[in-house]
Amino acid sequence: MIDARRSLLLHGGIVACLALLAATLPAYHAGNLTRILVLAVYAMGYNLLFGYTGLLSLGHALFFAAGMYGFGLSAALGGLSAGAALLAGVAAAALVAGLTGALALRTRDVAFMIVTLMFAQAGYLTILYFGTWTRGDEGFVLPAAARRLAGFDLRGDGARLVAALTLFSACFLATAALTGSRLGRTLIAIRENEDRARMLGYDTARLKLVAVVLSGTLSGLAGAAYAMLFGYVGASFATVQYSILPLLWVLLGGAGTTVGPLIGVALVFYLIDWSSRVTDAYMLVAGVALIGLTLFAPQGVAGLIRRKAAPWLP
Amino acid sequence: MEFGPHLMLALLEGAVTSAVLALTAMGLSLVFGVMRVVNVAHGAFFMLGAVAAWWIADLVGAHPALGFAAALLAAPLLVGAGAMLADRLILAPVGYDPERTIVATIGLMYVIEQTVLMGFGPDARPVAPPFDARIALPWVERTAEGLALYWPWGLSITAYKLFVIAAAAAILAGLWALMTRTGAGLVMRATQQDRDMARAFGVPVSRVFARVFGLGAALAAMGAVLVVPIQQAHYLMGGDPLLLSFIVVIIGGLGSLPGTVVAALLIGMTDGIVSVFLSPTLAKIVATLAVALVLVFRPQGLMGRARA
Amino acid sequence: MTQPPRPAPTRRRALATFGAAGAAVLLGDVARMAHAQGAGPLKLGFQVHRTGIGAAYGRWYERVATAAVARINDAGGIAGRQVRMIAEDDGTDPRRGAEVLDRFANLHGADLVFGPLFSNVVIGSAPRAAELKMPYFVVSEGHHVASGTLNRYTLQPGITDVKSQVRSVAPYVAANIGRKVTMIFPDFAFGHDHREFFTDAIAAQGGEVIAQIPVPPTETSFTRYFPRIPRETEVLYHVMVGPAVLTFVREMGEFFGGRGPALFGFIDSLEAVDIASPGLEFLEGSHLWEGMPRFAQPDQTGHDARYRAAVGVDDTGASIDDPRDVSTYAHMFGVWETLSVIKAGMETAGYRGPSDRPALIEAVEAMTDMPLSDDHPQGDKLFNGRTHQVFGRQSVSRVEGGRLIRVHETSIEDTLYEDEVDYTTRPF
Repeated sequence: MIDARRSLLLHGGIVACLALLAATLPAYHAGNLTRILVLAVYAMGYNLLFGYTGLLSLGHALFFAAGMYGFGLSAALGGLSAGAALLAGVAAAALVAGLTGALALRTRDVAFMIVTLMFAQAGYLTILYFGTWTRGDEGFVLPAAARRLAGFDLRGDGARLVAALTLFSACFLATAALTGSRLGRTLIAIRENEDRARMLGYDTARLKLVAVVLSGTLSGLAGAAYAMLFGYVGASFATVQYSILPLLWVLLGGAGTTVGPLIGVALVFYLIDWSSRVTDAYMLVAGVALIGLTLFAPQGVAGLIRRKAAPWLP
Repeated sequence: MEFGPHLMLALLEGAVTSAVLALTAMGLSLVFGVMRVVNVAHGAFFMLGAVAAWWIADLVGAHPALGFAAALLAAPLLVGAGAMLADRLILAPVGYDPERTIVATIGLMYVIEQTVLMGFGPDARPVAPPFDARIALPWVERTAEGLALYWPWGLSITAYKLFVIAAAAAILAGLWALMTRTGAGLVMRATQQDRDMARAFGVPVSRVFARVFGLGAALAAMGAVLVVPIQQAHYLMGGDPLLLSFIVVIIGGLGSLPGTVVAALLIGMTDGIVSVFLSPTLAKIVATLAVALVLVFRPQGLMGRARA
Repeated sequence: MTQPPRPAPTRRRALATFGAAGAAVLLGDVARMAHAQGAGPLKLGFQVHRTGIGAAYGRWYERVATAAVARINDAGGIAGRQVRMIAEDDGTDPRRGAEVLDRFANLHGADLVFGPLFSNVVIGSAPRAAELKMPYFVVSEGHHVASGTLNRYTLQPGITDVKSQVRSVAPYVAANIGRKVTMIFPDFAFGHDHREFFTDAIAAQGGEVIAQIPVPPTETSFTRYFPRIPRETEVLYHVMVGPAVLTFVREMGEFFGGRGPALFGFIDSLEAVDIASPGLEFLEGSHLWEGMPRFAQPDQTGHDARYRAAVGVDDTGASIDDPRDVSTYAHMFGVWETLSVIKAGMETAGYRGPSDRPALIEAVEAMTDMPLSDDHPQGDKLFNGRTHQVFGRQSVSRVEGGRLIRVHETSIEDTLYEDEVDYTTRPF
């Protein structure tokens, strides 16, 4: 049972810590923090499906890109304001998640992985195919109007960090509330043993679809936010690499925990950052780190904490 | 080019693709089938085969045929040995847990790619084919006298590409013989069918796993050695073969070797044929969605057994 | 260090020596105080594709950058200050490219950033460059700078862009090779630029593109695209990039079997590939655009010779250390010339530190003629400060006996086109 008060303290505390960091970090690390926070939203979206519902997708880049292009195309071609474009991006991601989820959920395990991978590939190729509007792999820069939300110019580092922090905190607290709620616990039950959940009377098919849509929407929100905050939309964000990254982040940070995604993103980011100062072969270091982690700490950092120190960790 | 010759060319090119794909995917299918793990580093082993082929051919110098022959023999052995080592060091300790294996093999893929980048470099390097001859192919046309052969502009194949098709077929036949006619094959199939029962019968399952993993990598390396005189060796060349191999294995049906061959033929051919009719990017979109939909409506693949 | 002559020490001489030494120390201190704002080396950030799909180009770009910086430092640096180049790998990825700019700005304290080739990295990083107010000198051949989609901080003064390259060769192709053209190109932005610009340019010459054949990126086998080439094709225009270029060219030869149309290609299809490779014999007699002739020509200038020596490349365009290692000669000069422009710009602007960055950009924007010299070994150039794009001569070469012999050089006028933007009107 998750202690509601402890949970609130934990999540609220983390948000407070992040706010403190945001205010005090030097420029370089503050910039890193901005990116980490937005990508952590993507990781949280992925975690919802993988960590809590137990479905391993290899195609989440599709949802991230759907949000990104939904935002980018509405703003650049449709002339929508940042706020409206943001909604468009989220809606696009939700729609895509619903459609692909309905189809993909007819499969399980490895077939599910391949189907999601295939849909993501098709999405990437579609972006290239409609290159006249999407500018294909080259991508495009967003107009200044798309970078202004609620009167704030998000091209400034300070405003951007505040925006990222607000976005992350909202999604973080929402995810925490969701996973502690009845729906969240049902998803965990499905993860643990889907047949038993079904026999207990839960409509697991519908619930899994809900999980996919929620996960995809959150990922799409991250994609739209990334475009809004960093000003660039490109097909490279729809490649397989961006489907593998959230898996890595979540596994490293701790799947099925609320803080895991943030920890995973930050860890991978700084691992690459530090090793790239020393060597060009930073991907080598990342690879070795991955192998080491799976050998010695497969439940990820937060999972390890949960096991050794804090069994109540949500 | 007229439609007939164009289609024939697409079929021939598709056959070459299928041949290499069948070998590569067979390696994955074996690993998948017997060990039930997803090896994300499979493409990296493929790439290692190509790089090893270049290195061996370079070492041997002399006539390209000699270098190529040496590569065909030695590269799969080297890559297979490397894979067995990876199995001992990484896969066995994680107990072949599906998720941990995925992450571990992703890490292994990064390690292999980066090491090759540092040693071999970022350039694409060619390997000379053992023999090279362009063979113009005929087509039929209606003339006043009836049907006659003529040689359309561009309709051709190289002798080497024909060799690739033949060699792949021969290797697969050999593999089939190994699996169905030898003791080693029997042990592998037994482990695939029921791991625990096999263990109860005294089969050293962990050793079988190591050998199967090595064999899987060796098959991928063989495919790479065959294809490297047509393409070049490049440190990022493993990505596409990995993706395609997965598709082939799933479509063919988990645990079905004939299914893998059929699926490789299907995918290798359709890719070529569809691109005759549609723009290439659109063709790829259609092919990708088709794969997804086949899996959605028939998750056991074309020839796999339906799961309960 | 030469030893000064040592006469027998006398008191007067000793006093004079001490006095001189003391004055030198004082003067040195004064000098240091005068340059207090910028006494250390200038830091130039080099955004390079060390890994990823662009790594083969990145390797040569880095080699040329290192040589160019060494040359600048040996000649006394920029305005007397030594130059330190800090290289960061962008993995040929737009997201990483933007992150690397942050490192340059906030971690390394770089004065400016230069170097990227791939368009997606440039476009992904340019917005960040503008936000960081970091001068961003790109070497990418892309038309994106001059098209106006980027910003005032992004400049391309070292290499010409695709639009000018393609347009300038159309007259030669129409007059000497053929008028019915089939184009085969990669199916992404770079290839689409070729398609767009050449279709217009050849039509203006009375020619026509009768077929366009896009090839998906990361394709490894090309034979199945060649059947789409119509029989009436007089010229096959080919441009391909990526690790598979050798396969592309070889399979083209295998397909035609010696009976194909005339070929006109961009050297991109053969960058870092040995023309004398087996299977490429069919290229004999065909024409190629070259940004800078890979083989030393009979009229080779001293500037080209010294440039080759500095970057370690022989008369065939291959590495001096390894004749099998062919360079990306048609593109890498852009890095050398960009650094020359950076030096000139900084010296003109009296650059001392990051607060002088707008002055640096304005100094570069004011540049026009760049004569052929050791600083600009590819040829004389004309810089357009409004569009931030440089224009230069283009070469057409013919393959003869396994070597590339230049048969035509365009004038700079042939390559010019209407301005599409005026960055100088934009605020910093």
